[in-house]
Amino acid sequence: MSCCAPGSEDAAGLGVALPSDEEVTFAARDLGDGVRQVELSVPGVHCAACIQSIESTLRKLDAVETARVNLSTRRVSVRWRGASLPPVVSTLARLGYPPNLFDDPEVGKDGTLSELLRAVAVSGFAAGNIMLLSVSVWSGAEGATRDLFHWVSALIALPALAVAGRIYYRSAWSALRHGRMNMDVPIAIGVTMAYALSLYDTINSGAHAYFDGVVTLLFFLLIGRTLDHVMRDRARAAVAGLARLAPRGALVVAPDGSRDYLPVNEIEPGMNLLVAAGERIPVDSRVIDGTSDLDRSLVNGESTPNPVSPGAEIQAGTLNITGPITLEATAPASSSFLAEMMRLMEAAEGGRARYRRIADRVSQLYSPVVHLTALLAFLGWMAIDGDWHKAITIAIAVLIITCPCALGLAVPIVQVMAARRLFENGVMVRDGAAMERLAEVDIAVFDKTGTLTLGQARLTDAGSIEPTTLALAATLASHSRHPLSQAIATHRGVMPTVSFDTVAEIPGSGIEATRKGDVWRLGRADWAASGASETGTVLTQNGAVVASFTFEDRIRAGARETVAVLASTLGPVEMLSGDTPEACARIASALHLATYQAGLMPADKVARIRELAAQGRKVLMVGDGLNDAPALGAAHVSMAPATAADIGRNAADFVFLRESLTAVPLTLDVSRKAGRLIRQNIAIAIVYNMFAVPIALLGYVTPLIAAVAMSASSIVVIGNALRLGVAREAKKDERPTALQPSPEPAE
Amino acid sequence: MSVLIYLIPVALFLGGVSLIGFLWALRSGQYDDLDGAGERILLDDHDE
Repeated sequence: MSCCAPGSEDAAGLGVALPSDEEVTFAARDLGDGVRQVELSVPGVHCAACIQSIESTLRKLDAVETARVNLSTRRVSVRWRGASLPPVVSTLARLGYPPNLFDDPEVGKDGTLSELLRAVAVSGFAAGNIMLLSVSVWSGAEGATRDLFHWVSALIALPALAVAGRIYYRSAWSALRHGRMNMDVPIAIGVTMAYALSLYDTINSGAHAYFDGVVTLLFFLLIGRTLDHVMRDRARAAVAGLARLAPRGALVVAPDGSRDYLPVNEIEPGMNLLVAAGERIPVDSRVIDGTSDLDRSLVNGESTPNPVSPGAEIQAGTLNITGPITLEATAPASSSFLAEMMRLMEAAEGGRARYRRIADRVSQLYSPVVHLTALLAFLGWMAIDGDWHKAITIAIAVLIITCPCALGLAVPIVQVMAARRLFENGVMVRDGAAMERLAEVDIAVFDKTGTLTLGQARLTDAGSIEPTTLALAATLASHSRHPLSQAIATHRGVMPTVSFDTVAEIPGSGIEATRKGDVWRLGRADWAASGASETGTVLTQNGAVVASFTFEDRIRAGARETVAVLASTLGPVEMLSGDTPEACARIASALHLATYQAGLMPADKVARIRELAAQGRKVLMVGDGLNDAPALGAAHVSMAPATAADIGRNAADFVFLRESLTAVPLTLDVSRKAGRLIRQNIAIAIVYNMFAVPIALLGYVTPLIAAVAMSASSIVVIGNALRLGVAREAKKDERPTALQPSPEPAE
Repeated sequence: MSVLIYLIPVALFLGGVSLIGFLWALRSGQYDDLDGAGERILLDDHDE
């Protein structure tokens, strides 16, 4: 069990704050009798030892009644007695599994999955038993025996049609009601007609009944549908389990001094809020007390933190880094920056809503052709020999043989294989249509901060600073959570640690320390140095500058290759950023990006994407910030890293959990391969129909031939889809990001 | 062929029992955490 050294204990220090106890209590459900239950996402669990250490440690806490880990969804559900929350969050963090709350209205069971599994079970049972009887009929059972077998089959098929068929009837009906056509319409019609005809023949002691075909068809199709659902569900759960970045509420100070934790939507303008270091700002507000530094990278793409002091206006979603501040809310949550971004995003909803899936487009053409052929077959045979029973039988045989078993599986089975391959590489796919859209893309647009770069500062001139000075600065810097301090602190190296007499962090300015009578300051030049002629970050001794530091944003691993690969295989690559022109120019030249725009507002990004779309281009947008969310919504298809803001993550079609940006070309490659296989599969299904339909039209289709033909075409289509898995190469060189261990496949 | 009178109901009954068994397992939450079930077998003891 040595696999359990998560090494992610420092996740809390990297800007992802643990949920506060108030927040967790607020999210809990009251089960009555003073018992409450809360579900926490623990992305770090991955083996039996993790389960045991979490469950046994939590159960030892006072008041905790039960603690149960769900490894599939990576969640722990804790039930406790009493009003106040036991120290669950801190215990989990101490064990090395920092938990977070997730946004999921359906905390309980997944109703759709249970329904699908139930339908698969019932149709599988029916298919097996009916096949058993059908084989006897095919091998020559006659007369009363055959009729008995048909009657028993009809009886077994009825519940299968009710339970399993309902899924198709519902979907077909909702498509027809909206005047659309989907693959489920011909399936529903074919299945119903075949059952009705077989029942009629059974009553009249006919020789052929298609009960086996009806039920086997439903069974096969349901397997494809269930796999599709499981895959998407897994991706959804993985995305939902990522740390929430938007706060649920804030500590409100009432005029009489009492403190109360209120959910975000109950905070009103004029209320006073306390925001600790490491927490995010819940609503747009003004600072009334305290100084601190704010990380606005998620809000507007600025890579350097800003100092704030009383009077400063700040936007919701900003991260408070260094000191506690008291705020006065200036806008309710419904008109805060975050809500404004949501509205922009809804307004921007572009190419996606209009996109029609390949399967729907095919069925749009396919269904009228099939239904018309069946009708013509009926009319033709009526004209030839006037036997209406024979004419109907042949018309229905046409419907059954063309009933798109292969076509119904052609698309989902490829997308399941593709989604699985992406999942193994740490890319979550929201739905199959996203892959179809990605395969069409011909221009890529990237955000800078947090996407092409990591949004983490890196010291660039470490080599030119004297090692002992650097070690001293690093020791000082390790006392602060400020991103620039942390960048310096990584250079502590092998030098002996210097000890200071006193160390104090001055939020918004820097760190001040005394050592043997000297005053050392590390921070903003206009504060640390007495001369104030310098700018940037400096280390001073009694006001004299000893060293100055310059930083750059760390470029995300694989960014350079990604830009190069996309430029050669996809088309132009652009960068749209809210950051300063200088910062953008530096990154653009490092990545060999020719086109970029700096200093953009969220609406400008959307405008640029609209402009590209108006030129007939299909845009891939990759971004992470709140300010990117409208652009993510406007693009033809979008991707976001796991560290993105919540609404950005929810707007994106793909979310990649690992640090390397090579997830983007990989996803593109898999999506294109999937698109090719889907087209091949559809072609196979059409070729199959070209052979099958004439046979059916001539009246040679017996239930045996129908069963063989359907199974054979399904196997060919599934076999073709599996080629996507065979081409899998092991990509083990990519490390999971420190923030979120990537989910390994369970198999 | 009269043996069929018994064999068909017997076959259907046995199939039905396993179907009901599956549906019961599904409803009682035994399929909620398939990965966890595979790992829990490695735990030594349960304190309940």
